[in-house]
Amino acid sequence: MNAKLDFLDGRNGLVSLLVLAALILIVFPLAMGVDQLNLTGRFLSFSFVAVGLVLCWGYGGILSLGQGIFFGIGGYCMAMFLKLEASTPEATAIQTTPGIPDFMDWNRLTELPWFWVPFHSLTFTLLAILVLPAAFAYLMGIAMFKRRVSGVYFAIITQALVVILTILLVAQQGFTGGANGITDLRTLKGWSINTDEALVTLYFITAVLLLAVIVLGKWLLHTKFGRILIAMRDREDRVRFSGYDVANFKAFAFCIAATFSAIGGAMFTLQEGFMSPSLIGIIPSIEFVIFAAVGGRLSLIGAVYGALAIGFLRIAFAEAYPQLWLFLMGTVFIVVVLFLPMAWPGSTRNMRLGRAAC
Amino acid sequence: MSSNTDFLLAVEDLTVSFDGFKAINGLNFYMDEKELRVVIGPNGAGKTTLLDLICGKTKPTEGSIKFRGKELTKLPEHRIVWEGVGRKFQTPSIYDSLTVRENLEVSYPRGRGVWGAVAFKRDEALREKTHEIASVVLLAEALETEAGLLSHGQKQWLEIGMLLMQDPALLMLDEPIAGMSARERELTAELLNRLAGKHSIIVIEHDMNFVKQIGRKVTVLHQGTILAEGDMETVQSDRRVIDVYLGH
Repeated sequence: MNAKLDFLDGRNGLVSLLVLAALILIVFPLAMGVDQLNLTGRFLSFSFVAVGLVLCWGYGGILSLGQGIFFGIGGYCMAMFLKLEASTPEATAIQTTPGIPDFMDWNRLTELPWFWVPFHSLTFTLLAILVLPAAFAYLMGIAMFKRRVSGVYFAIITQALVVILTILLVAQQGFTGGANGITDLRTLKGWSINTDEALVTLYFITAVLLLAVIVLGKWLLHTKFGRILIAMRDREDRVRFSGYDVANFKAFAFCIAATFSAIGGAMFTLQEGFMSPSLIGIIPSIEFVIFAAVGGRLSLIGAVYGALAIGFLRIAFAEAYPQLWLFLMGTVFIVVVLFLPMAWPGSTRNMRLGRAAC
Repeated sequence: MSSNTDFLLAVEDLTVSFDGFKAINGLNFYMDEKELRVVIGPNGAGKTTLLDLICGKTKPTEGSIKFRGKELTKLPEHRIVWEGVGRKFQTPSIYDSLTVRENLEVSYPRGRGVWGAVAFKRDEALREKTHEIASVVLLAEALETEAGLLSHGQKQWLEIGMLLMQDPALLMLDEPIAGMSARERELTAELLNRLAGKHSIIVIEHDMNFVKQIGRKVTVLHQGTILAEGDMETVQSDRRVIDVYLGH
């Protein structure tokens, strides 16, 4: 019986994955112009964060209101690489110190800061996008989970860290571009990222990476790790007294979510053409949670629909009633969390209980 | 008492104080391999606290807990489990969203590290063990049932089964028959008697009929210390035990 059910769940899961793949790989590109597709691509890069939140919040019960940190790490790493490529001595010949990013010159820096130097290398940058957020999440996670900080307290601390990060970014203008962020990004290894053709290509890369991340997440949830994640959410003490170091498991889930977010951040920078503190602060960090909640919290695929739905709704609604938008989004969030705490109606009972929806 | 390594469990001079209130006060408690011990006592005697101390949920103020000669008070909870101590909680602590099978599998002592869990594969040994334990705790028919849907008594059994998956040397059961029907109590007594030869077991219980069914050696706790210890008849006829606990 179990094998058959597993297979059915697997087939349902496969169908929803294929539907999503068809939508973002075929329907959207055919139906949309370049600008709209680029916009959708940016929503998709937010989805990476939401997918990570489904894992660590929906399944693991770890609510982070600070995923902007990791989205930002990914985004800034990519932006630093692109900025360095754009700041050739020839392109910056009018500066006091040619060859360094323009905002550094404006802030009277005469030399590239040491931590910027490795970002000349694309390989280093890509590695940093994957490893830095995980390392940072691991430190944060171990520091808090070993001390049994969880629930609301964890959420508040992550929120505080986002604030610290954005304040730091804004204050250290010479190193980070300040409130404006890192702008005027042009090429990736000589390939212009602003042409229509490039935007379409970047959209497809984002879509494929997103599907890959979802598949990886599904796979993780089907391992013993996935069951322990659910078990920890149900009865943390029982897991501990079954011989597991709960802190390590939580930290790992948090790391995975962080790395997913950073991939999204990097793809966002490429498609938006800049990265700034306003894109990773408190409000975006909370929005990420809303995407995951709207998508059903326990569905990796639903998280993508959540991000897309809120994204398009914002475009449609915010243009007509800009002042009302935040209220509407707040209402949506409250309604979803209060009345649909785990998943959309019509999904199976299994899904409500946190199984098989992965 | 010269060498406490002869015992499976040797608790010596154990004291824990919560804001000055000594829930356990200079307690000495010894257990042999494969022994079934029942701990009784009035409310607030420190029975659950004793189990909390042994399994690491609470850290003692003073004293030592040696398990097969190894000091437990310094170990984190999950390491105490690795040493072979299993703990069942008073209210059934199971994973409602997982099936009975998954509940048992999660308790299996392999793949306990993060990477181990990610790489863990179900194999024949696990399947056999799961079936074996499920039939021991009378849940063989319910393997694919979601644990949240089980009856209260079945949940208690499932938690005992989860402990058995760990193959612990010492099982600590906190009121295992709470909320069970008469029939379920009987079955549980049979179950414990069957397990007694294979594991050491500490059972905390209030129900004296149940205690008689399983009790070989009984320890009576009162105000954080041992009031009496011995077989059922000795304890029942003990003047002080009658005064503070059993009543006249």
